[in-house]
Order: sequence, then C-alpha cells, then structure tokens
Amino acid sequence: MSVLVNKDSKVIVQGFTGKEGTFHAEQMIAYGTNVVGGVTPGKGGQTHLDRPVFNTVSDAVQQAGADVSLIFVPPGFAADAIMEAAEAGIKVIVCITEGIPVQDMVRAKAYIDQFDCRLIGPNCPGIITPDEAKVGIMPGFIHRKGRIGIVSRSGTLTYEAVDQVTKAGMGQSTCIGIGGDPICGTTTRDAVELLMNDPETDGIVMIGEIGGSMEADAARWIKAHGTKPVVGFIAGKTAPKGRKMGHAGAIIGGADDTAEAKMRIMTECGITVVESPAVIGEAMRKLIMG
Amino acid sequence: MNLHEYQGKELLKQFGVRIQEGILAQTVEEAVQAARTIKAEFSSDWSVIKAQVHAGGRGKGGGIKLAKNEDQVREFAGNILGMHLVTPQTSSEGKLVRKVLVAQDVYYPGDEQPSEFYISILTDRGRQCNVIIYSTEGGMDIEKVAEETPHLVHKEMIDPQLGLLPFQVNKIAFNLGLSGAAFKEMRKFIQSLYKAFIQSDASLFEINPCLKTSDSLIMAVDAKVVLDDNALFRHPDLSAMRDKDEEDPTEVEAREFDLNYVKLDGNVGCMVNGAGLAMSTMDIIKLSGGEPANFLDVGGTADAARVEQAFRIILKDPNVKAILINIFGGIVRCDRVAQGVVDACKNMGNIEVPIIVRLQGTNADIAQQIIKESGLKVYSAILLQEAADLVTEVLS
Repeated sequence: MSVLVNKDSKVIVQGFTGKEGTFHAEQMIAYGTNVVGGVTPGKGGQTHLDRPVFNTVSDAVQQAGADVSLIFVPPGFAADAIMEAAEAGIKVIVCITEGIPVQDMVRAKAYIDQFDCRLIGPNCPGIITPDEAKVGIMPGFIHRKGRIGIVSRSGTLTYEAVDQVTKAGMGQSTCIGIGGDPICGTTTRDAVELLMNDPETDGIVMIGEIGGSMEADAARWIKAHGTKPVVGFIAGKTAPKGRKMGHAGAIIGGADDTAEAKMRIMTECGITVVESPAVIGEAMRKLIMG
Repeated sequence: MNLHEYQGKELLKQFGVRIQEGILAQTVEEAVQAARTIKAEFSSDWSVIKAQVHAGGRGKGGGIKLAKNEDQVREFAGNILGMHLVTPQTSSEGKLVRKVLVAQDVYYPGDEQPSEFYISILTDRGRQCNVIIYSTEGGMDIEKVAEETPHLVHKEMIDPQLGLLPFQVNKIAFNLGLSGAAFKEMRKFIQSLYKAFIQSDASLFEINPCLKTSDSLIMAVDAKVVLDDNALFRHPDLSAMRDKDEEDPTEVEAREFDLNYVKLDGNVGCMVNGAGLAMSTMDIIKLSGGEPANFLDVGGTADAARVEQAFRIILKDPNVKAILINIFGGIVRCDRVAQGVVDACKNMGNIEVPIIVRLQGTNADIAQQIIKESGLKVYSAILLQEAADLVTEVLS
C-alpha cells in the first residue's frame, strides 16, 4: 500500500528533455519507477529516454495514462506547470523547482484546490516508496523498504534521517519531502495524516524547521488523532531572528515560529522530540523496538 | 530584499498611493537644498530629517528629527549623516547612516486632529493567501498592540482568485472610524496599496504610521517594503534598488559565488549541502559546546573551486576557531567532495584552524580514505555524532 506513489504509479516528468529532467528521469527509471513519458511543449511526438514526449500534460494523461507528475520547470513557469497538471487530471503533482515567486504559488494553490489532486512541494526532494517508486531527486540507495514514514521540509536533512533509520535496522514505508517554501501544497499535518492512516506505516519521523506554524498544527492533530509513535526534530535552534536560512520559508517572524516554541508544542502533544539531529534513527528504534 | 523608506515610498507613489513627500540627501548641503524645495513645493515650513537605514525604530535611536528652521536642518542632518544609528533592531554597533530623507511636515494644524493608523499587507502562510492587517493604533509597535488589545487589530483575508473586494475596502475604512472625505481617501489608499503589493511581488508592506491629516488626506508617513527575492527576476527596476552598503560585505561576496551564507557571531564555521542540514549542523555545533559562526549552504556542487571559495568566505571571520564540513552525498559523490577539500586545502597553503570533515552517503568510505591519505591535518567522520564529538574535542 504505502502512500501517494507505488509500483503502479504512472509517472511523467514535466521539463522532461531539459538537463535536470533528463538526469533525474534516468535515475528514476534505473530505480524502477514506472516513468511513462514526459512533457516538453513543442517537442511532442519525439522520443526521449525511450519514452514518448508530449506537448501537454493533458496529452500525457490521455495517451499514456499518467497519474503522477514530477516538475522540473524553471521558477518563472513552474506555477503554470503545476496548474496545467492539476487541470489535466494528474492526481499527485510533485514540484522540485526552487525559487518560485510566492504570489505565483498563492494563485496556483487556490486554483488547484478545485481539482482532485495533491501537490507535494515546491522546493522539495520529492517522494519515495522504497523498492516501488522514486519520484524525486533523492539518492535511492540509502532507502530500505520498511515501516517508518518520514515527513520533512528539507532535502539532505531528510536523507540524513532516512540513513539513520536504515542504519538503526528499520526501513521506510514512504518518505515525503514537503519542501521549504512558505506556500506548499501538502503541509506537515497533511503528510502526517496520510502516514497515520497507512496500514503499512508503524512510526513517523517528522522533521521541521523554523518559520511558519506547520509543525505546531501537525502536533495538535497528532495529539487529537495520533495512533502511532512519532519522533520529531526542528532545525534552526541557533538561527537568528529575521534572517532567511536558505529556504524561503525558514525565517523566524515571531515568538511562535522559533525552534524552541515548536519543540515545546510537539513535546506537549506527545511527540518524542530529539534535541540533536544525530539521534533521530536511534530514538525511533527505541520507540518501535523498545 | 529590503527597500529603504525613500525607495518604498517611491514605489507606492507610482501606484497612486499618497505619501509624505520628501527628497533624498547625502550631504548637509543637499539636505538644506532639499528643505528649501520642500518648503516651496509643499508650503511646509518645517521638515523632517529621517535616517535611511534598513532597520526599524529609527526615531528611538535619534535618527528622525523635526527641523523647524534652516539652522536645525543643518544641525540635524549634520548629526545624523555619518552617525552609527543604534535602534532596537540593529546590533550594538549600530548602522552607518549614508543618506537622509528630508520630508515635508504633515502634522500641520487644521480643522481636525490628525490621527495615525497601522496598515500592513503580507502573505499568511497558514491560510495561504494575502492578508491586510490594520488598526486604529498607528505609530505603535503592532506586536504589542496585538498582545494587549487584540480587538483593535483587524484582518482582511484576500481571495487569491478574486482579489481585494469592494466590501472589504469599505470595511477597512469603516473599522478605522472614517467618514466623509477621509473615508473616500482611505478607499483609494487601500486599493492602490494592494495593487502595488501584487504588481511589485512584495512579501511585506508595512505602513506605520498611515496618517489622516488635519485636512482629511490619507498618506503613508513611513513605508517598510520587503520584496520577494524569488520574483526579482521579473522586476529589473526594483532589483536595481538593492543597497549593498546595507548588507554584510562577506554575504554580498558569497552571493556573487552563489553561496548561501549568513554571518553569525560564533566560533565554529560550517560548510554544508542543503539548508535544513546546514541549520541542523549549526545546532549540532551548539550542542557540542561551540557556537556557529555562520550558515553556509554550498548547494548541489561541492567541487574544489567551490569548497575553496567557501573556505575563504568562512575564514574572513577572525572568530572562527574550527570548521565543520558536513556533506550528505546523494547525487553529489563524497569522494569528489573529499578531493575538493584536499585540493582546496593544498591551494590555500596552511589553514590554521582545525577542519572536521564529515562525509556521508555515496562513496563515503572512499572519501574517508582520500582524506586519510592526503596527509592533511583534517579530522574525518562518517556519522553525524562522530562529527559532533570531534567538534567538542578540537574546542577543548
């Protein structure tokens, strides 16, 4: 089962023939992801990586049955690509692109809300269900099939957590990188809810960072509805107020979006919060295996 | 990207937002000339000398003065230009004032008492839409107002697809207690302000105070404008307003190399791939007994040239007593990064401070071998905890 993507997902890549799109499509195919084609406007009818290229997402849905799309379109055009995917009937839209103007995302998010779809990202590493489908830019080899779900706003920090979970003798059901932008399609709470409801997930690692209130919202949801152990970490305890720390969304605005405040709320809501990012895997092992 | 008050007001004026008019001056003589022009054009006998730096609370630090005659203009401009202005938002050293805005006096007497409002526009992350926040309590610290008298802070959520609706504009003007000419003025003010926000791809507009003058005009007396960095590519005119003098010179240099660097006050420098891991590395440094000297995300490529640039940036800070490199190799191969570190160290001659290299992920074992065989005095780790322990070790 797992969530969002599996071996039956029919994946297309928007921005298929570009440098990034090509490289990561190759990696995904090598991992075993069912990549059924891609979209590059104006190159429809051509073949790339032995797969068909379409002019529009709509063509890819109708002719290849695509239901998952991975977006590598440049920032100025990415919001449009997200809306195109939603309108065409794609169910899971994963947007890797970093640097999309915030107002573009505000409009795109409002637009896609009318369709039956889920957006992951933007500015994220993507999602992976180990041994079934890798839809993103994460290194496949660090993952191992298992029963721990991972939700994170970061890229390499997610890999760190994945690696620790694997080395602690467990594996992952699905890892969801929700992205580091202020406006994101799937919130921490949404992702936690998906994993909480997934019969193939036994525990959840939730990694957040300074800025916004997504982790506090997720923590309160977990307190009310949670049925599985959750390990949490918030990056940026040493970050100064008012400075953007790499991610567009990682900025402390007020007293509520500091790492301390988030960690406190998470602890109050029953989450096992770790102070050090080096012990995420170990903390989960203790919760699961005793 | 932050704008100065004078730039923010310029932007607002282009969209029809009424502003307190002013002229920029960089010398005392220019300030005197500006005050004369202001007097002639706006029949404003007095003028306000306002320091132009990227920090709030300028008045509290003596950066805003009302000059009632030319001698005072000369005196205040002389005092403010070149001063290191300390406000609640600056460091204890303050910010060097290079420019002042000489503005018209807008608190002139008339039929009614002038009154001050607070108006801001920003993007609400939770609701995923823009919001206009406003209050009758202008000129004050809005966070304090929200805490002590939350019923005096109002919000209008803007539908992303429909935009600002007429009834919302009316509601704002009514809730601010306006009627007659001032009501109509406020309607125009809000509509123009929102248009400016959208069309400039701003992430924050804060008008505090927004003034109702004694003759019922509504105008922006101050303007804090922050623009969305991600959208600057489509606003070359706004992009050109960047004032590098207001930024840390090392951060400016880092940006030219495409390195994401933020200077901090600690003693352990770090170099990391990825923003989340970089913040976590800073946290680890603190847990290990040090204090992070910087945030530095080297991004997806960590070859010798890039590692060398990063080293040079970090080492500009004399407080740095150790450097922790933390790379999780995914698509980036650790052996390449290790070679980059070795080459960079050799190119730069002797780096005096201890370097801890933690490489994990693709080819981490080969990377550790490369570090070991290089003969360089570099501490090597694979697990994050090992790196943390090494930080403690080299600091003690």
